[in-house]
Order: sequence, then structure tokens, then C-alpha cells
Amino acid sequence: MAVKRTVHFFNSPTVDQIGVQERAARFMSRSIKKGSKVEALKLALSMIDLTTLEGKDTDSKVRQLCYKAMHLHDTYPGLPTVAAICVYPTFVRVAKEALKGSGVNVASVATAFPSGQSTMDIKIQDTKFAVSEGADEVDMVISRGRFLRGEHNYIFDEIAAVKEACGKARLKVILETGELSTLDNVRKASDIAILAGADFIKTSTGKISPAATMPVTLVMLEAIRDHYYNTGEIIGMKPAGGIRTAKQAVQYLVMVRETLGEDWLTNKYFRFGASSLANDVLLQIVKQQSGVYQSKDYFSKD
Amino acid sequence: MAIKTKENHLKFNTKWEYASAPESKDHIELKDQYELFIGGEFVKPKKGKYFPTINPATGKKIASIAEASQEDVDKAVKAARTAYDKYWSKMPAKERAKYIYRIARMLQERAREFAVIETMDGGKAIRESKSVDIPLAAAHFFYYAGWADKLDYAFPNRNPKPLGVAGQVIPWNFPLLMAAWKIAPALATGNTVVLKPAETTSLTALKLAELIQEAGLPPGVVNIVTGAGATGAAIVNHPDINKIAFTGSTNVGKIIQKAIAGTDKKATLELGGKAANIILEDATIDQAVEGIINGIYFNQGHVCCAGSRLFVQESVEDIVIKKLKARMETLIIGDPLDKNTDIGAINSSEQLKTIKKYIKIGKTEADFYESSCPIPSNGGFWCKPTLFTNTSQSHRIVQEEIFGPVLAVQSFRTIEEVLEKANNTYYGLSAGVWTDKGSKIFRMTSKLRAGVIWANTYNKFDPTSPFGGFKESGFGREGGLHGLAPYLKLN
Repeated sequence: MAVKRTVHFFNSPTVDQIGVQERAARFMSRSIKKGSKVEALKLALSMIDLTTLEGKDTDSKVRQLCYKAMHLHDTYPGLPTVAAICVYPTFVRVAKEALKGSGVNVASVATAFPSGQSTMDIKIQDTKFAVSEGADEVDMVISRGRFLRGEHNYIFDEIAAVKEACGKARLKVILETGELSTLDNVRKASDIAILAGADFIKTSTGKISPAATMPVTLVMLEAIRDHYYNTGEIIGMKPAGGIRTAKQAVQYLVMVRETLGEDWLTNKYFRFGASSLANDVLLQIVKQQSGVYQSKDYFSKD
Repeated sequence: MAIKTKENHLKFNTKWEYASAPESKDHIELKDQYELFIGGEFVKPKKGKYFPTINPATGKKIASIAEASQEDVDKAVKAARTAYDKYWSKMPAKERAKYIYRIARMLQERAREFAVIETMDGGKAIRESKSVDIPLAAAHFFYYAGWADKLDYAFPNRNPKPLGVAGQVIPWNFPLLMAAWKIAPALATGNTVVLKPAETTSLTALKLAELIQEAGLPPGVVNIVTGAGATGAAIVNHPDINKIAFTGSTNVGKIIQKAIAGTDKKATLELGGKAANIILEDATIDQAVEGIINGIYFNQGHVCCAGSRLFVQESVEDIVIKKLKARMETLIIGDPLDKNTDIGAINSSEQLKTIKKYIKIGKTEADFYESSCPIPSNGGFWCKPTLFTNTSQSHRIVQEEIFGPVLAVQSFRTIEEVLEKANNTYYGLSAGVWTDKGSKIFRMTSKLRAGVIWANTYNKFDPTSPFGGFKESGFGREGGLHGLAPYLKLN
């Protein structure tokens, strides 16, 4: 009789929490001014996954958000579009049509977002539905309960299966770091996701607090860096949730610049998952030109 | 789609660059000429001699500083003795504490001004003077102010009494912080002070003199005399000084010890170092790399406790060196007043010559690597972060203190081996150990012969923690409860 053996051993580097916090704080103390700031802000705009993930979402709200994605602030010429719109699977078709020809991608959450509390079959179906509706990118969640129980192989298989269901769509794997409790776990989940086929790793659903933080993101960037050193393969990063201000966005870019460098300073490999960040960035960009802060009512809310 | 690259090197030369972000100088007050601070007043030097203090980032003169002769030192010691007899030894301890607290508070209030001047005069990055030097200096005054009226509790049944006049000579690497390390415990224990700052960095000590004058300390309790080696010798050799506190080179430390042999002067000497920073294979590598950087490139390596000898366990050597080199690429060298500068200017042309000399020696001994980031070409004194790999215990760059941004790396296989190598030095000021396993930390730290040992961090300072060396790194402790004892007569 053949012996069936499973590998239950997964070795990830450990992380020193104090050290990570200190490093993150040092990025935050960089002073980004003038032209350098404007450049960073425009880059940040182009990296936004403009997001609406609410039970009360409607077709028309999604259409409005899509218009915003393409026309961030028409009175200020030369602004980029955002990278993608992020919606639930049932709104993918609407978004896809609204964004036709714009170059803005449609990302869909899937796999029983946000809790991931469902069977593998349903998660695969959920993914396939989103892709068949036209999603360019899929944002999946991992089964945190299984991860915390130590079933790392399950997580690996789950991600690999969803990746297969994605076909050509790029896969972002949400770790929901706010539920993983330690940075060691964040590192381990990052490594598993990368090895199982993630194109991006993503911090959070935005439904759990804390969502993205600088230290958590740094640990994930370090996982991406180690994978790059080992293989030459570039994995993307998406902090999501809690990034509301232009200042925060610039701090994240500083961290990406000094941890991973040039190749990641593009929306191909770095994204912000955010619903309200764009307007604060716009406010700052306009301020750099006019010298004064405008009222928030000068920026459209969609 | 992910892409493959031929060489897996990260590119830090990015299109998006940081614009300069200089700290404002508008709020600082500097005079063209500084006098000696004796007996609570600023007085001209007897011989009328002055020397320039220059900004090492530009090579330009900032101000003229009085050079104290033997007569000036006599006068300062006399003022300190009078202040000791008349006011300071008679004052109730809690009143003394009030003055020290006042100095601490005023220093906090003027932190920005002191930080900018420290950076202009010494070349260190404003990021460091703002977040380390000035706050820590204030913290030392706060801490020792608290001890002033509790000495009987610090040394129960030993009837602590002050010594009298303390002569203090300090170095140029942390000018204000070293002044605070010296002055705060001396005042708290009821001694009066004659202090000499290093000749390249007198300004913040003189600004501190202004602050002390404004704080209303009785005249002569703190005297600050500026000058070079001869001034320092005049203090050390002065017959009416009871205690010498010196921080600086081992050579000068030896001269001082000879000079005071046969006298009843007490002494504490905090001298050089060549610390081992040890990375074990189970260390958290990314954080350890950051610790290596902070260990050796902090303050341009002008740190007596700098982690200048790096020991990496062989199984992680390649990755540690790869990551270390990548991290070195992201260090920003340049205008110390720029808020984004990581590595400022070398303190003096003389020190730069010393460092260059050692780099030249190192190139004949080991494999050389330096950070590729550009350095300014403006008449300032600059040195790129430098790394030597494949070094050995017999190399001069491994044995001798360079006091610059130069790191010597060795690999090791077993813990016994690294302990032997780490202790195989005539210094013993500090060390670092990086491992994820607590038991290894205890095992190693108990066997390392060094006064300060950091575990999973490096170059962390706190007024509550004693600091000082083994062997040629000196004797006596500064900081903490231990820092009181050298300033006291104890039964």
C-alpha cells in the first residue's frame, strides 16, 4: 500500500515586533516636500483601488464611482486615473461596462468576502462568477480560522485553487492581518500566499480593525523582498483599509521606495485599497498649486 | 504577470526622489565670538587668544572661541571652589534639585535651537540631534535632579558626601549629551564643575552656559572653559580639583591616569571601543540588518560603543551581507541640516584623515565595499558608509578603533568561537547579540566582557542605565544609580 505523507512543516523567518515598529517610524519621519510631494501624490492616485463594498451598493453608485475613477478632478489637468475599481461580484458587469476603454481595471472581491466562512466549492464558484462577469482582478480572503488552527496546507491549497479559478485575472490574497494577531503570523501567511500563487498580497478587507498599518505592511514587503531575492519574481502589495490621508499614502510610498525600490513604484505592483483617500490626495495636489487648502466641497464625493 | 530579472538586485536609484527638506536656522542665536564661562559670567581669556569653530559640512567658520590658558583654568577652579564652599555644599539637597530640574526644562524648551546648533557645529544629522542628543541630554538632567535629595536612599548607611570640585573633559561626538552626562550627576551629588568641551564642538556647551546663567545657578557652580589639549591638561593637573571625569580616546585616558597617579583625585574614564555585534542564524534578519546599520553608521560611526566588528553566523552570512549592502544604498548622505539626511559630515578634517588612513589599510587587508550614494562636493568632510568583508582578528581594521562609518565583518561557525573572538580585543565597552532565542541571549551576554550589551537592538541609551567599559575602554560607570557613586565620598 502506498504511504500518503503530508508536509506539516512550514518554515518562515521570524519577525521582531519592536524592530519593525522602529523601522516603520523612521519611514514616517521622512520629510517629503514640494515637487517631490506632488510627484508622490500623483503616483498615489494612480495606485488607488477605488473601493465600494457595502450591502447598500447600487448599480448607479458603482457607475458614479467608475466615472470618478476616470475623472478624478477635471479642473486640474494631467492627473492619472486610479488603477482599479473594487466591487462585489454582482457589480462587476456594471463596472466593466462603465469603464470600457479607460484602462481602469475592475477588481472583484470573492471567496465569501469578507469573513471567508464558506466551503471551498462555494469559494471557487464565487471566484469563477466574478471572472466570468469580466473581473480583471480578484481579491480573495484566506480562511483565517484554519490558519490560526495551524492548517497551513489548507490555506496553501485554498489559494492555489482560487488562483486556478482566476484564469487570467490577477489574484490578490487578503490575509486580514487584523485577525492574525502576531507579525510572525503575518509573515507566515504572506509566504504561504506568495508560494501558492498570489500576484498580490493584501493586508485587509477593510471590515476589521486594525486594517492596514505601516508595521504590518513592512513585514509583508519584507516577505515580497525575500521572494524576489530567491526567485527574481515580483509580487505586488496592497495595503487596504485605514489609509485615508495623503500624508499616510506618501509614508507608504517612502516605505516601498526604501524597502523594494523602483520596480514596485508603479500601480502594476503597488496599490492602495481605499474609499476616501483620493479626495484628500486631490486636496493636497491642488494646494501645492494654489497655495491654499480648498474646502472639501470642491471635490466630488462619489 | 510577474517578470523575471537576471540579477535579483533591488534598484534604489528611483525616478521619484526626495526634495531637500532643510531645517530652519532662523530661530537660533549665535554670536561671532564666545568667551569663557567662569563664576557665572562670560569673561575674556587672559591671553586674549581665540580659535575658530567650523561647520564640518561646509568647512566654513561659525564663530571664534576663547582659548583658556593655565591662568583661566586657575580662575575657573577658584570660582568652582568658592561656589562649593559658599553655596552648593551648604544648600539643602532639594533646593539643588530645583536648579537641575530647571536646566532640564529649559533645555526641553529650547530643544530645537540646541539641535540645530549641535548639527551645525558637529556635522551630525539633524534627525539624530533632534531625536537623540538633545532629548537625552534633558532626560539626564531630569533623572539626576530626582536623585539629589535621595542620596541617603541610594547609598543607605554610607553617609554620602560630595567630593568638591570636579574637572570634566568631554569629546566631540555627542557634545551636549556628554556635557549632560557629566554635569547632571556632579551637581546632583553636590559637587561643582569645571568642564571643557572638545575644541571642535564648543558651541552647545557654551549655549548651555548661557542657559545655566539664565537658570540662576549660584555663580561658579558650573564653569565652562574652552580650548584644546593644553586646557584639558591644566584641568587634570590642577591641584585643587578632587575628581576627574573624562570621556575620549584611550591614549589621552592613559596620559590622565599617569598625571593623577600619586594624587588623591578620583577618576572615571570612558574611553574607546571596538564592539562585537553578533548575528546568530536564528536572528530576525531584517531587523538585525537595521541593527547593524544603527550600530555602525549612527552618528557617522563617531560612537565609542559603535558595533564596528560584525560577526555573522556562516549559514546566514550571504543573505545578511546582501541585505546590508542593499540597506546601505538607501542611506542618504549630505547636508546634516536636511531632515532626510541619515549620514552627516565627519566631525573634522583631522578625523576624516584618520578614517581615510584606516580605509586605505583595510583595502590591503580585506574586501572593500562602499555605499554608492553621492556625497556633496562643497569643502565639507564626508565619508561614505564603508564595509569590509572577509576580515580576520589580525587585521588592524578589526583591532583598532576607527571612529568612523567603517564596518569589519567576520563570519563564525560556533558560539564558542564567536565568544572567543568577541572577547579577543583590548577594548570592552559594548556588544550586541541578535537571536530569537532568549536562552542564547543569557548564555552569551554572561560571557561577553563588555560594559554594555544590547540584545536584539543596538545603541539604545537611557539615563537610568549605567554605561562604562572593561579593559582599555576605561573604568567607572556613568548613568543610573551607579553614576552617582564616582562623585561621592562613601563610608
